[in-house]
Amino acid sequence: MSEADFGADTAPIVIVGGGHAAAQVCAGLVTAGRGAGVHLVCEEPELPYQRPPLSKAFLKQPQEALQHHRPESWFADAGITVHLADPAVAIDRVERSVRLQSGKHLCYDRLVLATGARGRRLSHLPDGLQNVVVLRSAADAVRLRELLAHEGHLTVVGGGFIGLEVAASALALGRTVDVLESAPRLLMRSVSPEVADHVLQTHRANGMVVRVGVAVGGFRIGADRLETLTVDGVETPVDLLVLGIGAVPEHALASAAGLQCDNGIVVDEFMQTSDPAVLAIGDCTNFPEPTTGHRLRLESVQNANDQAKAAVATLCAAPQPYRAVPWFWSEQGSLRLQMAGLGSHDATRFRRKGSSDASFSVLHYVAGRLASVESVNAPLDHMAARKLLETGRNVAPEIACESSVPLKAHV
Amino acid sequence: MPDVVFQLPDGREQRVSGQPGESVMQIATAAGITGIVAECGGSAMCATCHVYVDPQWLGRLSPPLANELEMLECTAAERLPNSRLSCQIKLSDVLDGIAVRIPDRQQ
Repeated sequence: MSEADFGADTAPIVIVGGGHAAAQVCAGLVTAGRGAGVHLVCEEPELPYQRPPLSKAFLKQPQEALQHHRPESWFADAGITVHLADPAVAIDRVERSVRLQSGKHLCYDRLVLATGARGRRLSHLPDGLQNVVVLRSAADAVRLRELLAHEGHLTVVGGGFIGLEVAASALALGRTVDVLESAPRLLMRSVSPEVADHVLQTHRANGMVVRVGVAVGGFRIGADRLETLTVDGVETPVDLLVLGIGAVPEHALASAAGLQCDNGIVVDEFMQTSDPAVLAIGDCTNFPEPTTGHRLRLESVQNANDQAKAAVATLCAAPQPYRAVPWFWSEQGSLRLQMAGLGSHDATRFRRKGSSDASFSVLHYVAGRLASVESVNAPLDHMAARKLLETGRNVAPEIACESSVPLKAHV
Repeated sequence: MPDVVFQLPDGREQRVSGQPGESVMQIATAAGITGIVAECGGSAMCATCHVYVDPQWLGRLSPPLANELEMLECTAAERLPNSRLSCQIKLSDVLDGIAVRIPDRQQ
């Protein structure tokens, strides 16, 4: 027990994870005056850093540095002990301790799991190929940036947010890019057909080759490189391949500890797992959606930050249920997509014109109520939509889509 | 190395050195200045890195682009004529000593 000598008056909190959710819990605890005695356990050798730039500015600018959420001195001043490059390998819920790879044991009164998600890989494609990247971490982004500087052509498998962001960044660097999507359209799980179509047309107009409804099949490997990919039955040479085919929740540690997991770590609205001493937050959680109660897992910065805030409230014995309106964004070249609320297959969709042809919003109504808004190059409408959804104020579609009146006027 | 002077909501001042090319938001977060939230990491998507630029420095900045102007309409604290998103202010030697005031809230 190398680090178990906590002061008698400190109830130790151990946080496992190094992403936005973990950083936000630290920030919240410090603001609440509860930083002393906290341990932050990170698998990566970096302090928590901003992940959104990794697919954009970080790839495009060779000098762009990682942006840490907080400097080392901030953690130290707050009394937070950070364990870098030392992943948690086991939880003992009876003894209330976490074992790290280095062999350290950390005792906890409350444990917060913020283990995130990992990028999905193509089945049968071996790991460790020199010219294949799944973008998730800073190390992945550093490797991709170096590869982009040397390889001629980029193939992206997956027409989701990350794949398209990387594709647009590579295009801006002067690379030629093919995007291969097996679904009949882009962003199938994320946005409406209208927005997806606009994204497709914009990228194609910029010279990106985008193919939807394609079958990505076999591959040929030579030495430690992927040589070819079979696309619609045709063997196609590969210089550099990025896989952007979704992510799976990282819940192995929780499962092994016997915590209830089902497409993520199951939590209630206070972020408590099936063990009240253990909380979970961010991409790795399966939580009850506040309006419907349906179980949901979200991968977003907003969800990570706001669940972290709910967890801090629980840890400080002032529980506040998680009720935040989800919002997301994606930046792909000149395209700025901002989504508020959750889309639904049974929604009726209305289009609100923006200030130019490249600017519009799609408003989704379910049972006559505004449920979500997708904005393309229309940040003001996005921010107004968030406020409308937060307050629950309903605006009839014909009024909300009158583009001569700012959406903000209805807030 | 150019300096940024942060005027904190409680009236204190904090002087921080940065590298040319870094944004004022990056310098603030790297220095642990908590009044800059920067939820989106510098993409002008969240308006939580709002600052008031000392008027005598305002003229030396590149004017805000359309998306920054729209996001500035959605700041949590009052928008003033000298409001900017600190993620969109890139430091350079001509900005050495720039003073920015941090609003009392970002969310």
